[in-house]
Amino acid sequence: MTAQTRIVEIRTKILKQNDVAARALRDRFEAAGVYTVSFVSSPGAGKTMLLEKTLLLLREGYRVAALVGDLATDNDARRLARSEVPVRQITTGTVCHLEAEMVRTALGDWPLEDLDFLFIENVGNLVCPASYDLGEALRIVLFSVTEGEDKPLKYPTIFNTADVALITKADLASAVEFDAEAAFINIQAVRPGIQVLTVSAKGGEGMSAWIKLLESRRREVSHAPTSEPTREPAQT
Amino acid sequence: MHELSIACSIIDLASEESEQRGGVAVRAVHVRLGQLSGVVKSALVSAFELAREDSPLATARLVVEETPIIIRCPSCHTETTLDWPQGLESLPSFCCSRCGVPSSDVRSGRELEVTALEIEE
Repeated sequence: MTAQTRIVEIRTKILKQNDVAARALRDRFEAAGVYTVSFVSSPGAGKTMLLEKTLLLLREGYRVAALVGDLATDNDARRLARSEVPVRQITTGTVCHLEAEMVRTALGDWPLEDLDFLFIENVGNLVCPASYDLGEALRIVLFSVTEGEDKPLKYPTIFNTADVALITKADLASAVEFDAEAAFINIQAVRPGIQVLTVSAKGGEGMSAWIKLLESRRREVSHAPTSEPTREPAQT
Repeated sequence: MHELSIACSIIDLASEESEQRGGVAVRAVHVRLGQLSGVVKSALVSAFELAREDSPLATARLVVEETPIIIRCPSCHTETTLDWPQGLESLPSFCCSRCGVPSSDVRSGRELEVTALEIEE
């Protein structure tokens, strides 16, 4: 006799656990008043170089820190430590992306109230990180001029989940005959309206616009309440 | 290749549901996979076959329903379906089919959810 089967509807998000962890992180970042920015790109697009320069430029006026994900080494963290801002490494082992829980573990009891900006550098991968919310306020997707103008069309999912696109290594654009107009059209095709900046961390081109963007995005979310809680007038 | 960790999450979810129902055998897990979810159907099915070994779902099938991307026009509010079958390299532009205005308002296509279980009675 064969058993009868019955269909039970459940409708549950597969990444529910990550979503819950990401929401908790987002609440924690907001409560601490730290603006969190994540970087995603393919390997070699220049995330670490851009991050290093960004930390150096921002540290003049802000308290900044970074978490960097890497499969096996701490090379990136050591490189970033040269910027003399707090950097923590997340070694993911064989996991090809960061998850919210990894971020939470790496943060530990880091006093986030002491920070203005926290950067999270994801593992170099244009596919897997797209599905995982890390609780960041701003997700930046980077692609370098050497990767070709059609990258956004090949990886629409990651471009579609990003808030800002950065075209990196602008100093190499003419050497590789990069077609900036085509790249812009391709980005807009998969993520209409997204802000696009072109930068060269090495040569400095576009870096001040990039820093201004970070500052203004941070101000947009932190303008409302003052840092001091307003006290109820004392009853007499 | 994050399909393996997605498959493990599906197994965990379904095992938990089965346990709550007194350890009923699960014959199949139905999932909904949006075309903009970043998960590849064929890779997920292979990963599921690996992940189900030594689990309460060792003989369960994975039934995948793919859902297309639907965007809503910010100007005329028409909903446009962008069908992006896997394997096709580039996808159609995120523009309204009626008036051509670009839209980032994705109403469907990001789904990554377990919708139902087939259990033995």
